[in-house]
Amino acid sequence: MIGAHLINGGTLAVNEIPVLGIDGFRGWVCEAVSAGATLAALFGHPLPAGAGDGAGAGAGAGKVRLVAVLTWPLDGCLEVLAADAGDTYRALTPDCPSAHWFEREIAEQWGIRPEGHPWLKPIRYHPSWRPGRDAWGRPAGGEILPCVTDFYRVEGEEVHEVAVGPVHAGVIEPGHFRFQCHGETVFHLEIALGYQHRGVEPALAGGPGPRTMALMETLAGDTTVGHGLAYAQLVEGLAGCRVPARAMAIRAVGLELERLANHVGDLGALANDVGFLPTASYCGRLRGDFLNLSALLCGSRFGRGLVRPGGVAFDLEPARVDSLKARLVPIVADVGNAVNLLWTASSVMARFEETGTVDRATAVQLGLVGPAARASGFERDVRMEFPTGFYRFQQVPVASLPGGDVFARAYVRWLEVQRSEAFIAQALAGLPPGPVRAELPGPLAPDRFAVSLTEGWRGEICHVAQTDAAGKFAWYKVVDPSFHNWMGLAMSLRDQPISDFPLCNKSFNLSYCGHDL
Amino acid sequence: MAGLVPILLALLLAPLLLGVINRTKAFFAGRQGAPVWQPYHDLRRLLGKGAVYSRTTTWVFVAGPVVGLASVLAALSLLPLGGQPAFLSFTGDLVLMVCLLGLMRFVTVLAALDTGSSFEGMGASREVTFSALAEPPLFLALAILARKTGSLSLTGILGAIDHGLWLQAGPMLLLVATALFVIFLAENARIPVDDPNTHLELTMIHEVMVLDHSGPDFAMILYGAALKLWLLGALVVGILVPAGSPWYVGWPAAVGGLVLVAVLTGVVESTIARLRMHKVPQLLVGSLILALLAMVLGAR
Repeated sequence: MIGAHLINGGTLAVNEIPVLGIDGFRGWVCEAVSAGATLAALFGHPLPAGAGDGAGAGAGAGKVRLVAVLTWPLDGCLEVLAADAGDTYRALTPDCPSAHWFEREIAEQWGIRPEGHPWLKPIRYHPSWRPGRDAWGRPAGGEILPCVTDFYRVEGEEVHEVAVGPVHAGVIEPGHFRFQCHGETVFHLEIALGYQHRGVEPALAGGPGPRTMALMETLAGDTTVGHGLAYAQLVEGLAGCRVPARAMAIRAVGLELERLANHVGDLGALANDVGFLPTASYCGRLRGDFLNLSALLCGSRFGRGLVRPGGVAFDLEPARVDSLKARLVPIVADVGNAVNLLWTASSVMARFEETGTVDRATAVQLGLVGPAARASGFERDVRMEFPTGFYRFQQVPVASLPGGDVFARAYVRWLEVQRSEAFIAQALAGLPPGPVRAELPGPLAPDRFAVSLTEGWRGEICHVAQTDAAGKFAWYKVVDPSFHNWMGLAMSLRDQPISDFPLCNKSFNLSYCGHDL
Repeated sequence: MAGLVPILLALLLAPLLLGVINRTKAFFAGRQGAPVWQPYHDLRRLLGKGAVYSRTTTWVFVAGPVVGLASVLAALSLLPLGGQPAFLSFTGDLVLMVCLLGLMRFVTVLAALDTGSSFEGMGASREVTFSALAEPPLFLALAILARKTGSLSLTGILGAIDHGLWLQAGPMLLLVATALFVIFLAENARIPVDDPNTHLELTMIHEVMVLDHSGPDFAMILYGAALKLWLLGALVVGILVPAGSPWYVGWPAAVGGLVLVAVLTGVVESTIARLRMHKVPQLLVGSLILALLAMVLGAR
């Protein structure tokens, strides 16, 4: 390894991170990814005035440093390396497709142009964060409307274009989908997002402050515990805080309950999309039951207020442990009854099987995460490969299937539902005694770099941050699992009937606000 | 005057069938469900609303629901019920009935294309494709019945299907009724062909064509769809419930039969998933094969 390495939740002094030349950086990232590493994050951050290659004050002003966070699953460690980019550099994407979305983000945020990028378009449609620099040469101060861009077009006599969204039928988030169709067959799908861009990352710089935790819990409302936990781990690493074992266990229970609620809800929604009523209606109710268990844990059905830096805000008294255990049993039984109807109904299987297939090679190339990756036989799970907290003591087997189709994505969810149920039951049976929260020993360590990964229900959540000399966040980077997976959805639609799009979309069920930040 | 009764029954009770289907589905889903009278409330609510028209639409868009409702009303006047004669009946009226249903579809498709929306264009293309496949088995089924009963009017055909014919050609009649039930599901945009409850434009067939209609126009479309459900359901019931009873048995039996068909539709929708779009033709060809088998049985 060329870069500095650390464990999940660990930290590095900023000057421990090797700053390579851009060609060396590019070469090593591409080589590492082809050798089995995965790209957890690739982004730029501004250099403070006074840093940078050149000596002397002010040399770093306006410059941007690229950082890559690679994960090495077999070694269980993370690798960090950096490079200073000029206004252009040779794009990584042609040799490392999983950098695709990251490089578009870098271009949009910093006005740095990755030359040779095959698909260089904005992803969130906001002005560059470096005034005066724009990767597309758009005039400064001009209005940038979401999803106004040159979409790819397929030309031909019988080719037609179908545009869906940003306003959808149904209570879902806004996003724009362009299909190039030949009759009912989709040749190409282009997904344009950015309607939910709120500027979370700039708002996090200068933290942590009183609002920081609230921002984390609302990055993606359905992944409250996942993002909250990633942030808490990161801050605990920077502050040198030891989390009590009981808090770790309660956090893991909260994270698995979140997974259960969402997976069961997704299975019901998949059934609904093929018009299979029994599972659809029962899973809708059962998702609510799991949410109510989260409410029992912390008073919020979506897990808000549970995770706090240093531990959890709520203890589980013996009475509530018993109540949680007792309520879990009938719900688990009902979920089994409702979901197993899917696998025994041939009409459902006819819809799920061989629909929206993403083969393993594509999944690996795109760097998919979470159930979508595992359903393509790409076994990756932060809980197993880079465990933190309670997952170091109690393992969850990785659920994976080789098919890559809607069935595989549904069945992986079902496997994970069963394993999460078993995990919660086991965790509750042996809940460690002791306090549930430790005070942070002091302010965050200055000039340190930290990475924190958690396995949210959608997949790998990556938070990266660096503190300045005062121990405040110089910048904060969030990579939601959806950021990796939107391209997987686009690929799953190639040569599929357009009428299967809603089913494929639901089988990925990606977050718009988590992506748009 | 007795010929008006089947029309009046249809006008009054057709939306009830939709309510019964929804109630059945609610039962299977473990929900209480909307009252069976809900479709009537919906119609009243829609009639009290204004309509919104896109700037791209023309008179064709406005005419669609009116002509569509008028055609299905005209088709209803040819429909006998409970073994009793229809309001109008003449040789070859069965062809006219299918043509009127075709006209209804034609104007709905035109109105959909008039909006210029890519969704509605897709829906129109699907509707036309699948109905082109649904018409042959429908015609074949009617032709078999006409051959067997020796009549070329609906009143004559359904009036002749009595206990005697059931004893003589029961299997054939059962096959024809099954083929017609499949067509009934397909033509009325029910699962497994279409999902009337989905909100996903890309998967819809019939519903996507009427997305842009609102207010009274949409009420006409809903009411027309309910009448079409009644009409095709009445054909199935007309075969399954033997004629030859007096009116006070025939009409209640027919209405009861239609409610049972609605319950059966609800059961089908509750227990199987929707077909993949490109498998729908196989189902429709399957109904054609059932009709062909019936023809073989009938030719004995």
